[in-house]
Amino acid sequence: MHRIKFLDHVVLLAGVFIMVAPVVIAFMTSTHEAADIHRNGLSLTWGDHFVATYDKVLTNEGGFTGKITGARMIMNSMILGIGFAAGKIVLSMLAAYAIVYFRFRLGTLLFWMIFTTLLLPLEVRIVPSYAVMTGLGLTNTYTGLIVPLLASATGTFFFRQFFKSVPEELLEAARIDGAGPFKFFIDVLVPLSRTMMAAIFIIMFVYGWNQYLWPTLMTTDESFFTLVRGIKQILLVWVGSNIPDYNEAFALAILAMLPPVMIVMIFQRWFIKGLTESDK
Amino acid sequence: MASIGINGVSKVYQGGVSAVNSVSIDIADGEFIVLVGPSGCGKSTLLRMVAGLETITSGNVTIGGRVINDVDPADRDVAMVFQNYALYPHMTVYQNLAYGLKNRRTPKAEIDARVAEAARMLEIGQYLERKPRALSGGQRQRVAMGRAIVRKPSAFLFDEPLSNLDAKLRVSMRGEIKRLQRRVGTTSIYVTHDQLEAMTLADRLVVLSGGKIEQIGRPLDVYHKPASTFVASFIGSPAMNLVKAELHGSKLAIGPAIVDLGSSVPTQGAVTLGIRAEDLHVTMPGEDGLPFRVDYVEELGSQRLVHGMVGDQVLTVALSPEIELSEALSLGVSPSRLHFFDVEQGTRLNWTAAACPPSAFPPATPVAGAVL
Repeated sequence: MHRIKFLDHVVLLAGVFIMVAPVVIAFMTSTHEAADIHRNGLSLTWGDHFVATYDKVLTNEGGFTGKITGARMIMNSMILGIGFAAGKIVLSMLAAYAIVYFRFRLGTLLFWMIFTTLLLPLEVRIVPSYAVMTGLGLTNTYTGLIVPLLASATGTFFFRQFFKSVPEELLEAARIDGAGPFKFFIDVLVPLSRTMMAAIFIIMFVYGWNQYLWPTLMTTDESFFTLVRGIKQILLVWVGSNIPDYNEAFALAILAMLPPVMIVMIFQRWFIKGLTESDK
Repeated sequence: MASIGINGVSKVYQGGVSAVNSVSIDIADGEFIVLVGPSGCGKSTLLRMVAGLETITSGNVTIGGRVINDVDPADRDVAMVFQNYALYPHMTVYQNLAYGLKNRRTPKAEIDARVAEAARMLEIGQYLERKPRALSGGQRQRVAMGRAIVRKPSAFLFDEPLSNLDAKLRVSMRGEIKRLQRRVGTTSIYVTHDQLEAMTLADRLVVLSGGKIEQIGRPLDVYHKPASTFVASFIGSPAMNLVKAELHGSKLAIGPAIVDLGSSVPTQGAVTLGIRAEDLHVTMPGEDGLPFRVDYVEELGSQRLVHGMVGDQVLTVALSPEIELSEALSLGVSPSRLHFFDVEQGTRLNWTAAACPPSAFPPATPVAGAVL
């Protein structure tokens, strides 16, 4: 027994090392100067330029136009992530509500049609989607950034399954209690779905935060750049005989990691509850 | 409070499955009606049609004289108690009770007063701030009843409300429902598959089978005068013994035994004979009786159920534990306790026993042609 326990810990520690080490290296390296990194490679020790680097990354105006700051990019990413996650939840809850509680003709057929089309990844429809957004003049807007990504098969499916597991008597009790379709949704279903919403919010926020291809296509104006794009941009900007600002790229990467980590930590309790427990 | 009329109501589901078949019941104001029957007999469907949760295919339902076929469930002025309680899990007990009133825009003070009154009546005052999941099954059931009471509706509809409780709690809740209904005097329709619940709660019983009414009547009338073999075997525990018998003149032949019933008999030839287990007794020595071979015995403490055979037919007898048992017994029954049913239709054949009935079966001397 003891031996196995020891081995367990070795395996776990190895796992932790493999997962955490790159992050630690990235963070430590980001506190050194670019020239230092260029000369000595990655570093595991604490450099003295932590404040300078992060201050520069967050506030210094850069990019082609020299107007975009790291803080601005974080804000853009936040707007994309939160808007994306919240929009997806609202949309997929409403869709699932219609599918589960309203008997309309061909409802099941429609559900599966929607479902199969939504299973196609964005990349498949990226050109037509881009054409539509350009036609509507929505390039370089938050709307254009968020709306085309909102329809979600996963979310709709999750909520559909959840609504189906809500006992029918609850709906009947609410009907006798004088709650119409709208009241039932707001007063009963939404509060019951809280943990589900938290779970989907986390997944979708991280997914939205990490979007790269779509924002690259949709935004040419640098004031709409997201963090994930910004990292790439830093390495592209300084060309020629200059040393690329590795430290800044690392610092941005670390910053890009923080919000999703925080969201997961904050919602973790609900997240696990939502995926495991049917609180009825 | 109001009377309820169910007039020729039928329910046919898509695909032509008929769940309820032209059922008519007149329910007086304040009456406690129990719909009882085996699963699939249409009792819940009937209740749900009254509640407005199922559409009515034909016929109509009136509450207080108003036809409510096409009225929304919320506007029918009924309250329903569900088998799984159907409490809103995210609301406190208070919010659960108040939700229906809130949706009807009842003033806050009035809601508070009514909730407090219902809570006092059901003794759930101390749980008002709790969520349903922190309550036991019995407490949840009280809350579900409270939700019905605060509305002060014309009718309570109960859909097997006690089926999820354990046996002991069921007995005490049964008493509470009965007391409560007496106290508030609201017309009630109660659905159950438990004949004991039906017997103890009902002012009048409605026995349903296959979507049709088998019998409507007061519990004891139904018990003592079942209208059909179905009712006879469904109401009462143990179920009424139903054996094949033949009537010839005024004589009744059960297997090898023959009894003279006196003058009047309801019919001639083959009949189904019904005898309640507790109406059979072991004959005194020297007295003639029905020969009975004991198969096995169920000890219930206060009495024992003796299962055995008369000829080739199964029979159950309820006997006092004091009576000594042997392999073979001789059973007697008072002719006035005999029930006759039509062999084919299963309907009751009414008759009156002779004024001075012979109390036991005479010796077996088969009449020609009476061999079963």
